Amino acid sequence: MNLKEIIKQKLDSSFPETKFEYSDYKDEFCVKLDKNFIVPVCNLLKNDSELQFLLCEDITAVDWATRKNRFTVVYHIFSLKNKFRLKLKADVDEKDCNINSVTSVWRAANWPERECYDMYGIIFNNHPDLRRMYMPEEFEYHPLRKDFPLLGIPGSLPLPKK
Amino acid sequence: MEKLTKNNVHPKIVQALLQDTDITIEDALENEMILNMGPQHPATHGVLRVLLRLDGETVISCVPELGYLHRGYEKMAENMSYYEYIPHTDRLDYISPMANNVAWVLAVEKLAGIEVPLRAQYIRMMVAELARITSHLVAVGAFAMDVGALTVFLWTLREREKVLDIWDILCGARFTNSYTRIGGVANDAQPEALAKVKWFIDQFDDNLTECEKLLNTNRIFIERLENIGIISAEDAIDLGLTGPSLRASGVEFDIRRAMPYLKYNEIDFNIPTYSEGDCLARYFVRVDEMRESAKIIRQILDKMPQGEVLANNPKKVLPHKTEIYTRMEELIHDFMIVNFGINPPVGEIYHAIEGSKGELGFYLVSKGEGHPWKCKIRSPSFNNLQALPHLVKGHMISDVVAIIGSIDPIMGEADK
Amino acid sequence: MGLEAKLNQDGFFVTKLDALVSWARKNSVWPMPMGISCCAIEMMAVGDPKYDIARFGSEVMRFTPRQCDLMIVAGTVTYKMSQVVRKIYDQMPDPKWVIAMGACTSTGGMYRSYSVVQGIDQFLPVDVYVAGCPPRPDNLLNALIMIQEKIGNTRARDFQDLKLPELNVIQSN
Repeated sequence: MNLKEIIKQKLDSSFPETKFEYSDYKDEFCVKLDKNFIVPVCNLLKNDSELQFLLCEDITAVDWATRKNRFTVVYHIFSLKNKFRLKLKADVDEKDCNINSVTSVWRAANWPERECYDMYGIIFNNHPDLRRMYMPEEFEYHPLRKDFPLLGIPGSLPLPKK
Repeated sequence: MEKLTKNNVHPKIVQALLQDTDITIEDALENEMILNMGPQHPATHGVLRVLLRLDGETVISCVPELGYLHRGYEKMAENMSYYEYIPHTDRLDYISPMANNVAWVLAVEKLAGIEVPLRAQYIRMMVAELARITSHLVAVGAFAMDVGALTVFLWTLREREKVLDIWDILCGARFTNSYTRIGGVANDAQPEALAKVKWFIDQFDDNLTECEKLLNTNRIFIERLENIGIISAEDAIDLGLTGPSLRASGVEFDIRRAMPYLKYNEIDFNIPTYSEGDCLARYFVRVDEMRESAKIIRQILDKMPQGEVLANNPKKVLPHKTEIYTRMEELIHDFMIVNFGINPPVGEIYHAIEGSKGELGFYLVSKGEGHPWKCKIRSPSFNNLQALPHLVKGHMISDVVAIIGSIDPIMGEADK
Repeated sequence: MGLEAKLNQDGFFVTKLDALVSWARKNSVWPMPMGISCCAIEMMAVGDPKYDIARFGSEVMRFTPRQCDLMIVAGTVTYKMSQVVRKIYDQMPDPKWVIAMGACTSTGGMYRSYSVVQGIDQFLPVDVYVAGCPPRPDNLLNALIMIQEKIGNTRARDFQDLKLPELNVIQSN
């Protein structure tokens, strides 16, 4: 049985109360899940002796602009044991723009989640230090949202006096 | 020494300190001393700002602050075509621009499903390994300079200039190359360039040994780095380290081996690992990797086949300029690609290569348009820097400089 | 050497103090390497044995603004960084000069985005702009020669009406 089947089986048997969507595009295995289950699922994937997804590579989000669930948070995790990369996705709506933080699972998730908050304004619950990553603290907008113009909003960032 | 408290400082000074908005940690005088390092500091390799809380000279905690070089790469990627973005990747990790070019085009080719001719793949491998050598040369030189050995820096830069001369011949630019194209490389590697690469590799080993001798027999250098900034393998993985910093902690993880891209599965090379996990081990890994890269390049030069360097895929790959000027069909394709882009199918991919700092990945989402709907750069420096607070805790302030140098962050890609 | 030959013959020579000062000043420009991004690497290359900025008397790169009279702003200046650049410029003693190295520093270059200042002349007086992305080291040396020319032409009266910046001084009693 290959690893994709094992992941499917483990997830389905451990979380019968929710439904997972699996996809496999260009040999990249992806699991789409309900955002409320992100922490337990990540815990399982990391601590299972057969899977061991120990390395959290990247966390980001995609802004779909017009879709009902406007944002999708995307996690890339890697298993050093199996040399396998897994993509996790969870939809987040604009009205209820928060998701549980996975910093308790991987400490590496800290900064990528902060970056995601800075760029998209998605709140990560239980994050130890949710500040802006790049932009100044007093900046009001979230630049990677599709409704933010490329050239920015005039006057939103101050310049020193000449 | 008497401890400084609020009572024996004039209230005006206390007030002024509290009004200073640049100090983000409150009540500077109530606690231990707060030291602000950067963003303009010679040892921060650019514009990294680090706030240190000190007890005497010992670092109690450390808060890195990024964003001083945030240029909005990901937003710009959403507003330009895949071709237009190639020059921007040069400036991500500006010590090894070639490797970034390769990473970007590999990601786009995976998204659009383009097959690349064999010779182009070998050329890409060659330039990526040369980029690794230049990057590690600067890293080792700057690292040595940070801990007080200035000569090494001049010697390693001398070696680096030779590679830049090769790039000058290869693609006409010495620093920001933009050499790769979607579907191949901009122009074939000329025999002069390949001869120069061979010459460089042949003399490189001796020159590297020469540089190494300056450091490996230097007691000050060794004693300043040994047992400084130790990180265990578990912590390193948990904090998301990749690249030389991870391999110095004893984890043999290299994307070239774990998920081979290009033709790395046909090449024989070792992955240098050390188990100590301190600054000295990180330095040794870099030097060993340079030797391995030289070995890889030697094999590439032997194996490199003749043939085309640009894929024949008119809807997706820009044709040569000479053909555009003389043939109607190529002109039409050129017009379509330049104006509307290459329109990869709807989908999303993540592709990572082993950059010189670690895993350099691009996550691309396409909606079938000429420009990406979303582009996320997984930059190794960003994730490696995250381990900085863990590494410097409990060390002296002079060690902070060494530790930052041993991680080798490049702020261009850390800040994006 | 020119000067010694002259002194051997006559034992002294006559010039204006003004000219002597600016001659000395122009041949020992101490740069402040404000290295921010890619251009900083090329600025490092200027100091290496191949290009060797020491030929122009400017190898003394000082990382503290208090000891410098030329600021080389090398790299993209973002809005967040602009406050820092200005602060460092204010700390440099007069007279001082600025080189804007590279396209992004001069005009914003290829970064027309929300976070990049479109040219540092919006908040700094710039003396020489250097084209290139990044400029080749030779080009930076050319800029240095231009700055030297400019410094050589300055006279004391140019600084007579110079307005001193207003600094907040905290007095301790």
